[in-house]
Amino acid sequence: VDRFLHSYSLVAQDLPAEQLQRLQELFSSAVEEHTRLLAQVQGATLVPPELESRLGSLISRFQLYLREARAVCTQSWARFHPLRMLGGCTLIAASCLLCYVASELAAASDSFYRSCLLYPLLWGLMVAVLLGLACAFTQEGLDLLLVSSWAAAASQLGFFWHWWGQHPKRARLAGSQPPLASIGQRQRLQAWLGLAFPMSILLFRCGAMFSDSFVVAEARVAPFLLASLVMLLVGKLHWDGRLTVPEGPRQQLLGFSSYRREIWYLLCLVAMLLVCVRLSGFFHQCREEIPQCRPSLFLSPLASLRNTRAKNLFYLLCVALLAGLVYAVRSWLRHYGNLNSSDPLVLFVRWGFPLVVLCIACYWAVASSADDSLGKLQELVQVAVVAFPWAVYGLASMGLLLLLCNPMTVFAKDTRESAGSIVTPYLGVPSSEVDFLHVIPQIYKRMQESQKSRLERGSCKATIAAYGLGSVYSAALVIALTLLGFLLMLLHSERLSLAFLLLFLEAFVLLHIHTHARGLAGDAEPFSVPWYAVISWLLAASQFFYSTGHQPIFPAIHWNAAFVGFHLDHSTNLLPAVLVGANTFASHILFAVGCPLLLLWPFVCEMPGSQKRKPRKEHREELQEVEEHMMEMRLRESPGKFSTALLHLGLKYLFVLGTQLLACVCAAMILRRHLMVWKVFAPKFLFESLGFMVSSICLLLGISLVMRVDCAVSTWFRHLQLR
Amino acid sequence: MKEAEIRRLLAANLLCVFSIILTAVLPAFFWDRFTVLGTHLTWLCICSVCVSTLNIVLHLVLKPNLTPKRSSFAHKISRFLKCCIYFFMSCILFHAIIVLYGAPLLESVTETFLFAVLLSTFTTLQCLCILGPNIQAWIRVFSKNGAMSIWETSLQITTMCSILGAWFGAFPIPLDWDRPWQVWPISCSLGATFGYMAGLIIAPLWIHWNRKQLTYKSR
Repeated sequence: VDRFLHSYSLVAQDLPAEQLQRLQELFSSAVEEHTRLLAQVQGATLVPPELESRLGSLISRFQLYLREARAVCTQSWARFHPLRMLGGCTLIAASCLLCYVASELAAASDSFYRSCLLYPLLWGLMVAVLLGLACAFTQEGLDLLLVSSWAAAASQLGFFWHWWGQHPKRARLAGSQPPLASIGQRQRLQAWLGLAFPMSILLFRCGAMFSDSFVVAEARVAPFLLASLVMLLVGKLHWDGRLTVPEGPRQQLLGFSSYRREIWYLLCLVAMLLVCVRLSGFFHQCREEIPQCRPSLFLSPLASLRNTRAKNLFYLLCVALLAGLVYAVRSWLRHYGNLNSSDPLVLFVRWGFPLVVLCIACYWAVASSADDSLGKLQELVQVAVVAFPWAVYGLASMGLLLLLCNPMTVFAKDTRESAGSIVTPYLGVPSSEVDFLHVIPQIYKRMQESQKSRLERGSCKATIAAYGLGSVYSAALVIALTLLGFLLMLLHSERLSLAFLLLFLEAFVLLHIHTHARGLAGDAEPFSVPWYAVISWLLAASQFFYSTGHQPIFPAIHWNAAFVGFHLDHSTNLLPAVLVGANTFASHILFAVGCPLLLLWPFVCEMPGSQKRKPRKEHREELQEVEEHMMEMRLRESPGKFSTALLHLGLKYLFVLGTQLLACVCAAMILRRHLMVWKVFAPKFLFESLGFMVSSICLLLGISLVMRVDCAVSTWFRHLQLR
Repeated sequence: MKEAEIRRLLAANLLCVFSIILTAVLPAFFWDRFTVLGTHLTWLCICSVCVSTLNIVLHLVLKPNLTPKRSSFAHKISRFLKCCIYFFMSCILFHAIIVLYGAPLLESVTETFLFAVLLSTFTTLQCLCILGPNIQAWIRVFSKNGAMSIWETSLQITTMCSILGAWFGAFPIPLDWDRPWQVWPISCSLGATFGYMAGLIIAPLWIHWNRKQLTYKSR
């Protein structure tokens, strides 16, 4: 112990010097006593009794030395507030429970939601104000942390109290029918088992936060769990018999069953997902806890490559990927008819997206050029390195502003009779015969058209055809995600655009798998998103945190993202913080903003089971008689259900995020004296909590965008009906 | 009649379990340096071969699905070839799935393939023995209420247990305990083996416990 204390004091200064000196004196005096005793015992054969008592006192002196040494060391350890930690954990756990309970509430009346959601908020505000006043009166410092914690606790208690008040009422209503106990039990067991399969994956993920090896290897754990979840989904569908053709009596007799044709598409999608998951493993950064790991070669910027040919090839590949992304988004929008109108937003998609890609490509070209090759153009290069990112920022913010102002990408074609006359107006006496000849064909055409419309009135009414109305919500979200994607790709190194392409591809495949699974399962309610979809979305978000070259440790932060567009120093800390934060939590941002797509995609890709009478390219909305709604317009059939569905989706997302955060927090709390706490658990906790905040804010932004589009669509319909 | 069937199933399964234990213990007498962990690939080969021969022999002896079909020699040969092809395809499929789950692609190909062969022995070979090379029957068996006899229920349980065991066997890999059994693919193949043995023991017990609820549709 003495040797250790001596060498430690040479290396670090956190043990106080005078206490070490005192310990050193204590130890040296005890050692001297010990040598004296040994010398005395050496000569004699019999041990006299006073030597034994001196030995006893010597032992107690050594024990005192050890206790003092331990006290000195313990004083230098970090101090924790156990009560506050426990309180924080309880708050987070209660919030998770609140999200779960609220997301499982059946759609009920407005007053129910008001009492369960608005009143607790008021309770919390009231408690905050009271505590603030109390602090002011007692003249203690305003501890913002304590005040906000008590306010949160009060609002949670308010929620549970209101919910419990409503709950027995519903139970009494349900109990009015005679319950059949065995069937109820069996149904409950089945419901539990149905919930168990996605929740067990979530449980494994949370359990993995408690082991330092699993936190270090989380880059491989998250994709493994995602792949397992998707395979379990397919297995469950197979077990429930959803993948086979429904058996007729003859087939049942023969024990004959065959797969439906649609499952080959589902299996292709699953295979593509597994390939994406495996390929995303090539972009990981290394941690020092894994000695034999080599960081991915895609993380280094192109400027660091020596081989010019390889540099050029990679550059061309990245630019081709960007162009491919723009092409894919444009063809998706064109397929669903959202590119037909001449609104500013559609013009931005047509012309602004290629311009953004051009600016990013130029920026990458300039930034990756070798320093000494351009010589005289150095000044131009300096200007370009700042100008191009600013152009991208400007274009992207313009696009987002356009999206907020007018998110409708709908083209309305009015085929009703035009009120105006097509005959040239009377301009005085006709000066030549040409004018006469000009008028008569026009009159004839006019008579023909009015005759035709009179004959056709029985079969086909004059309508307003609206192109792109069936995917108006998703189109706005897709445009927003593409713009954010471009911004975030600018902040990363060039070759990580491959990872972003994988991200978009995997998200697309996940949405399609979710849609097809719902279509095959067949009995699900369209206005609710199942748990496995939300959990898989979040696992994909975590997977791409690692696959965009990040790790939850401080040395892995990409600091040079703060200098994209800013060549010299920053004046404030806010702007570089935003840039570095956007770089680090890129996948959280994209997946959180895109979360409402989980609700909207099954409506956009109408699954068999719903009618598909009209072609998919256009969506005709008839005004005189309202036929059955198609695609996303089915969401507008019951606006109450739509908003409830959005709320439930948001709450489920927050629940899953919250359980992950709770696991990190509990791990940091329980393992606060673990060997690896400062290297593994504490950084993971910090990154996870920051990611939680970023994800929640972006989730709110995504849902607000959908609600903004909803308002715009309502206004558009009102204008149409007024005309 | 049913009790006798369950007892026959129990005997067959216990014989399989015993044979697997033998494959772990017996070769050490003939070969000095043999250990399950040390010479793992050899053990994988031995185990697969033993389990497959035992299953084929048991199937030929017990003949649980007595189908009085006219079996000409050519028919038998074609069935045998079909079985071989299905087994080989399932090995390839398992290998691809294991690589997609995170196994190294270019390194340790032999280890991954032998693990895939072991997994196929525990799952596909059983299906081939009990149901024959008949894809429709396989689809039917692996769905709820699809089992038509005790042997098929046992097949469901052993297949699911061995795949679950292989999945759980992947969990110790990231741990930093530096044990010899954390090397790829030892933990997964041991997990699959333990899962298979557990399935073999659990299946007759589960069938016995639920014998009143298990009603099989007669063809």
